[in-house]
Amino acid sequence: MTLRCRTEVAEGDELPGLHVRVTRAGLVRYAGASGDFNPIHWNERVAREVGLPDVVAHGMLTMALASRLVTAWAGDPGAVVAFAVRFTRPVVVPDDAEGTLVELSGKVAQRRDDGTVLITITARAAGQTVLGKATATVALA
Amino acid sequence: MALDPSFVGRSYPAAGTYQVGREKIREFAEAIGDGDALYRDPSAARSCGYPDVIAPPTFAIILSLRAQQALISDPELGLDYSRVVHGDQAFIHHRPIRAGDELAATLHVDGVRTMGGNDMLTVRCEITDGAGDPVTTARSMLVVRGSDGGGSDGGGSDGRCSDGRAPDGRASDGERDR
Repeated sequence: MTLRCRTEVAEGDELPGLHVRVTRAGLVRYAGASGDFNPIHWNERVAREVGLPDVVAHGMLTMALASRLVTAWAGDPGAVVAFAVRFTRPVVVPDDAEGTLVELSGKVAQRRDDGTVLITITARAAGQTVLGKATATVALA
Repeated sequence: MALDPSFVGRSYPAAGTYQVGREKIREFAEAIGDGDALYRDPSAARSCGYPDVIAPPTFAIILSLRAQQALISDPELGLDYSRVVHGDQAFIHHRPIRAGDELAATLHVDGVRTMGGNDMLTVRCEITDGAGDPVTTARSMLVVRGSDGGGSDGGGSDGRCSDGRAPDGRASDGERDR
């Protein structure tokens, strides 16, 4: 992979979309990798006790999926110099084989004089956006 | 119970340093379903100018969570962690985290306020390398849902809230170490 060149990027360009199925098994794996063992991400009883409809994905897993959208497009993950999201709705993950589909899309919102571009990201699950103000700043070649 | 605003300005160094290993980066990459060679293959990373494999952009949350432990368990603050949800998250990468890094993290309390029955706690984790140079700034807004149905929008969520900052920072200090 090669770092994308800023001269081949225009404001308004769409990034290739990314669809990812998030399952309970995936949440357990992410819990172990990240060290976030909050039971609302794997235990239905605890999730309901704190008022959630069911087990929900780690917000940070959704953010990581959004990072994949950007890094795959940029060609070098090290080019992401800033990355920010708000967690606006939970991604509810049922106890079945299909899990929940998270759909990610993004576009080039701004090309800056310093060679960076601003990417805005949309993440949807079950027909609703789950991230707000999701942006990445990428330093292209 | 409102959090004590006098906590703003306090800082909590994480216990010990964190040694970034190739296998931990690989494990994290697999958990997020990312097959990028720069997370796995040292020679691919070197051909892109990195001394070793690099970590995904959200890997630093591992260090941020570790650094948050001291604050969360501070009895003076009296935080009920079962009521905490993640409101927003931002990373500024001064350079990519890479295998072989020995990182230190310090957590800073940047803001405490109450809104709609919920407490909003803004913390900033400053991550530095063995030379003391900045690597990543990770800012998190934690929402502590009020005990009387706070969280407001019916059943709570992974941080439904209306005021988080989403800083659109760029690496502020010039050269990134490539």
